[in-house]
Amino acid sequence: MPPTYSENSRELAFQEAIDADRTVEPRDWMPDRYRSTMVRQIAQHAHSEIIGMQPEGNWITRAPSLRRKAILLAKVQDEAGHGLYLYAAAETLGVERRELLDLLLAGRQKYSSIFNYPTLTWADVGAIGWLVDGAAITNQLALTKTSYGPYARAMVRICREESFHQRQGFELLAELSRGTPAQHQMAQDAVNRWWWPALMMFGPPDAESPNTAQSMAWKIKRVSNDDLRQRFVDMTVPQAGALGLDLPDPQLHWNETRRHYDFGPIDWDEFRQVVGGQGPCNVQRTAVRRAADQEGAWVREAARAWEGRQQGRTSAA
Amino acid sequence: MTVEAAELSAVGIHEVALALGDDCLVLSHRLAEWTAHAPELEEEVALANLALDLLGQARSLLTLAGETEGRGRDEDQLAYWRDDREFRNLLLVEQPNGDFAVTMTRQLFFSTYQELLYARMAAGTEPRLAAIAAKGVMEARYHLEHSRLWVQRLGGGTEESHRRMQRALELLWPYTHELFEASPPWVRAADVGALPPPTAIEEPWRHSIEALLAASQLEIPDFRAWQSGGRQGRHSEHLGHLLAEMQHLHRSHPNATW
Amino acid sequence: MGGPAAGPDVRSVSEADDWPLWEVFLRGRRGLSHQHVGSLHAPDPELALQNARDLYTRRGEGVSIWVVRSTEVHASDPDDQGPLFDPPADKAYRHPTFYKVPEDLHL
Repeated sequence: MPPTYSENSRELAFQEAIDADRTVEPRDWMPDRYRSTMVRQIAQHAHSEIIGMQPEGNWITRAPSLRRKAILLAKVQDEAGHGLYLYAAAETLGVERRELLDLLLAGRQKYSSIFNYPTLTWADVGAIGWLVDGAAITNQLALTKTSYGPYARAMVRICREESFHQRQGFELLAELSRGTPAQHQMAQDAVNRWWWPALMMFGPPDAESPNTAQSMAWKIKRVSNDDLRQRFVDMTVPQAGALGLDLPDPQLHWNETRRHYDFGPIDWDEFRQVVGGQGPCNVQRTAVRRAADQEGAWVREAARAWEGRQQGRTSAA
Repeated sequence: MTVEAAELSAVGIHEVALALGDDCLVLSHRLAEWTAHAPELEEEVALANLALDLLGQARSLLTLAGETEGRGRDEDQLAYWRDDREFRNLLLVEQPNGDFAVTMTRQLFFSTYQELLYARMAAGTEPRLAAIAAKGVMEARYHLEHSRLWVQRLGGGTEESHRRMQRALELLWPYTHELFEASPPWVRAADVGALPPPTAIEEPWRHSIEALLAASQLEIPDFRAWQSGGRQGRHSEHLGHLLAEMQHLHRSHPNATW
Repeated sequence: MGGPAAGPDVRSVSEADDWPLWEVFLRGRRGLSHQHVGSLHAPDPELALQNARDLYTRRGEGVSIWVVRSTEVHASDPDDQGPLFDPPADKAYRHPTFYKVPEDLHL
């Protein structure tokens, strides 16, 4: 594109390239709004991975077998890794990870509100793997085809690595469900608490989602919130049957005409409340992140100072 | 030197595997406590790697300890159903994380020891211990490298990091003598060549630590009031709390599988 | 343009408060060349290598790692795509399919 193009014609050319399924790469020209939308979305995704370490990390030291402990430790480690991949993808858009972490701590960028719910029992680790990761994977598979190259590539890597996350959750719950009555009860209680928040993970209904149309046109988003939610419900209901656990929705039933499961109304007031910072763990999650950041400052600074000294030594020699 | 047998008895293997397995299990627990609290995200991944490696070693060693004990106990029964007086780990590994300097100092002391011990155990006369050590020594080398890099950087970084490193050394130095104590199980294993004698790794350990600290502008603490007792089940107060957390769920459901 | 033309991608790296950024290249197995797999932050080359091992080879994906400071990578400008990358399209004779040879000779 010659530089004589006006912004307008550049934007048209950009849209044509998107329509032709051309991937956008970091150094390409892109509309400011595309860039800022992308930064916001990738950052939110990265923050979710990092904050998401806390509810599951809560059970690593108490895992009831050494095998489960190893699985959980590996999974939470993956989440740190996935946060890193995503921050790196965001950094290709001209922002720095530090800025994004500052925005997170200042409450100016969000993370998935699901992580503002507490993990009260061991079964919650299973419910998060099965339902929360199941919902996340549904969303992320759609994002492997997103228009921004670095984000799509991060998603491919993340989806490949996360394939075990949902399975371990399912297996964990299956073991509990067919275990002692107390274990079965623990599993059912966890599913009761996590089901509705998991459905909220796909975001508000399409009719109330103002950014959806533009995001679809730019192919940042490839499938709408409601469609993804339906996909997740259809996939999950038979799995619940196999687990021998009930989903806490009396209105849930197969609709032969739609060839989909119908489900009851989602409590969007609760969603807005948690997104707005009033969930059970919002304050705690941010406080832990802030403390880690502050307590690590002297370590990061020491490493920088040491390297500065090495550089000085090399150039002096 | 006693000439009782050319190979290590089952009891002998059990005692060694239990002690070394407990070291790994307890240190892995401490490292896992860093989850979501590391000073940088890259370090989050690194600390989890150390914890995972050590947990893997703990599982192999405790499984071997269970098999050679002959009471039908598996890794979980040994990990979850013993009280602190039955744990055989070093006092060093149960010490709380403190700040990052304390954690890296503890790791440096332990990984230096483990690398030296495993390298010789891998060439030792007990094949099952040797197999675990052969895999473990590669991991120990990596852990050692990581802690060495950090001790150098903290020692020679800022005034604050230097002060914290020196404080960490003073805090943990009293626990280093126990690493080389000639406990009866170790002596028995050394007699048949399954482990090196403690003296064979003490000297290289001191040499390696002293050289690194000197190169990192850090001083060896002048301290002689050694703490020990872990190998005999006499621990610090910290272990009881660690085990309470680790074991409570498993013990709350005595007949459950997970 | 979208930003400063330094590094492989558009980034402004300030050293003030963050560790610098490194690009990571991995050799998947012997016989393959190193490929770019992503990036990370590290204070120096040694820790960058360790972090790269932890982050990008958790599942045994590589046998050799390179790390390169992102600021040391010089990239072509996408607006130069014409001059830099179009000419080879004219030179069909650089591609083996340009030549007609009898198929049964397995050339």
